[in-house]
Amino acid sequence: MLEIKNLHVEVGGQKILKGLNLNINDGEVHAIMGPNGAGKSTLSYAICGKPGYEITEGSVTFKGKNFLELEASERAGEGVFLGFQYPVEIPGVSNINFLRAAINSVRKYRNEGELAAGDFLKLIRSKAAELEMDPEMLKRAVNVGFSGGEKKRNEMVQMSMLDPIFAVLDETDSGLDIDALRIVADGINRMRCPEKSILVITHYQRLLDYVVPDFVHVLANGKIVKSGDKSLAIRLEKEGYAGLGIEENVA
Amino acid sequence: MVSTLETRQAVEEISSDYKYGFVTDIETVKAPKGLSEEVIRFISAKKDEPAWLLDWRLKSYKKWLKMEEPDWAMLDYEKPDFQDIYYYAAPKSADDRPKSLDEVDPELLKTYEKLGISLQEQEVLSGVAVDIVFDSVSVATTFRKALKEKGVIFCSISEAARDYPVLMKKYLGSVVPAADNFYATLNSAVFTDGTFVYIPKGVRCPMELSTYFRINEANTGQFERTLIIADDNSYVSYLEGCTAPMRDENQLHAAVVEIVVLDEAEVKYSTVQNWYPGDKNGIGGIYNFVTKRAACRGLNSKVSWTQVETGSAITWKYPSCILQGDGSVGEFYSVAITNNYQQADTGTKMIHIGKNTSSTIISKGISAGKAQNIYRGLVKVMPNAENTRNFTQCDSLLIGDECGAHTVPYIEAKNPTSQIEHEATTSKISDEQLFYCLQRGLDVEESVSLIVNGFCKEVMQQLPMEFAVEAQKLLGISLEGSVG
Repeated sequence: MLEIKNLHVEVGGQKILKGLNLNINDGEVHAIMGPNGAGKSTLSYAICGKPGYEITEGSVTFKGKNFLELEASERAGEGVFLGFQYPVEIPGVSNINFLRAAINSVRKYRNEGELAAGDFLKLIRSKAAELEMDPEMLKRAVNVGFSGGEKKRNEMVQMSMLDPIFAVLDETDSGLDIDALRIVADGINRMRCPEKSILVITHYQRLLDYVVPDFVHVLANGKIVKSGDKSLAIRLEKEGYAGLGIEENVA
Repeated sequence: MVSTLETRQAVEEISSDYKYGFVTDIETVKAPKGLSEEVIRFISAKKDEPAWLLDWRLKSYKKWLKMEEPDWAMLDYEKPDFQDIYYYAAPKSADDRPKSLDEVDPELLKTYEKLGISLQEQEVLSGVAVDIVFDSVSVATTFRKALKEKGVIFCSISEAARDYPVLMKKYLGSVVPAADNFYATLNSAVFTDGTFVYIPKGVRCPMELSTYFRINEANTGQFERTLIIADDNSYVSYLEGCTAPMRDENQLHAAVVEIVVLDEAEVKYSTVQNWYPGDKNGIGGIYNFVTKRAACRGLNSKVSWTQVETGSAITWKYPSCILQGDGSVGEFYSVAITNNYQQADTGTKMIHIGKNTSSTIISKGISAGKAQNIYRGLVKVMPNAENTRNFTQCDSLLIGDECGAHTVPYIEAKNPTSQIEHEATTSKISDEQLFYCLQRGLDVEESVSLIVNGFCKEVMQQLPMEFAVEAQKLLGISLEGSVG
């Protein structure tokens, strides 16, 4: 599904990723862990095409397409979703209007007609119920005045509505209490199926108790320095990065 | 936009043949360039006006000659040459107008399409010569009939001068006096047409009154004059303008709007202004110098101004409320968008004279490109205005780093019981907000439009439904190309 080769990324002239390789096949869940400043968020932005993240070398191929030629919104149209570490507030725009605009844009990209208002409302209500979101939240402005947990839950509702084939979840678990963590994990697990893949970026092992990854990678100094299965995450938790011989650079 | 320059050249060519006097050709009736007493007499005669009105015009003209163009606004533009303007030109004949939409600027048509305007309406707006009776005419006729039954007068101001002299004499210039300011005085001398509305006692106007219904009737031109009178216990909602850009050959617009609101009456006045803003390099564009003022003369009377200003190169406009009647209420809701080299100095004046009067000001300024957006507002409480309240909120949104937003509030409170609140914020569309939208599949233009519409929500909510949807699209269109 996703093939990243020798990826070099600069932000404001600073080299962040320095030759990263990553292969994610259909149906796989990968977890990326790593010390602060290793380039985890940069990787998620580079995959999703955030302006200002300059790819100086390497390639990103998604479903056989050269992803680097596509704009951020086109990549979303291709079925890529990014769950943000810090979901942004958009004052005055209700969640429901935002999602409707997003879904119809994605559908337009795929040459599908707009979703009828009634169908849309039915869908969003059922998704909100699945993820235990108060329907009143749908009327509120996007993330405005939401608690940390509510924001993350909102990301899961958006993901569920947009129904991506590949999701990058950037520290979606940080700042969550155990109940919220369970809901987020539940949202991720719902997406899991042989046709879809997920990349989970996390600091902590605890999310991986709920979402069991097929592969765990350690990202340090702009490269993947170690890969393994879930046991690698458990070892990291016990021994720390130093135990694996990785220096933690302060961001 | 439509060939403003070409048309001007064409007009100049024609007029050179007529340099010795006034044109009385049936096809092209126009006064020569420049302003003089003769031109004013010509206009007045063309309109078949009563003597008192000609007199009023001439007095205004004499006052205007002694006035100077104001320069206190934060606007930078070349002052118009008042002798280089045509003050009267009859609408163009069918022969001069585009024969079909194929002859209309494709850019203009693209905008119409984005606004979802029907082909038939596109023809009307772009000035295509259509000689079949189209829908809007019959709509307008039905509409007039319904108004007549209620006793509502809705006609051109020239008609009113002939048919309703008592009302006209009593109220014309009673809110914006002839010598009020440079541009209002100019308007008083040369106004070519405009709208007159009278809502009788106890009548709730059965429909929104819209200038749009008068489009095909008259080319209201650059010096428009509007007078609205809401008698006791009446209500009217009036829509000015149109979200679609219209063919316009005049660079200078100096309109005057006067509203009189009597006991327990309410007037809601909504404007969408989308005139030619000039090109990306700041060449061309309309100068929009407007004086709009409402006098809440009656007990518990209310006036509400809502404006969405997206067009014009220069906007100079302060729709104001004189809150004279005890318990009267004034509201001002404004969205002003400036992009490229546009400049807007706009705001309101709330003059509290009566007791227990209250006013609300919500202003949303959006700047993009190299544009400057200024909110300028006065809240004045007179010594006898007990227990008055004002709430002002001014928010500015910047897109890019070459534009500017400025807030200039003036507060004069002369009564210690008054309560005045002022809040102001300035924010930017952040890269994070934009990327968030992009990642959800919206393209750049949709994203900016969504964020801006969210920012303006409180004002957009005030617009009548039929206007609001188009106005929302318009915000997006006005900001096209402002990001990325």
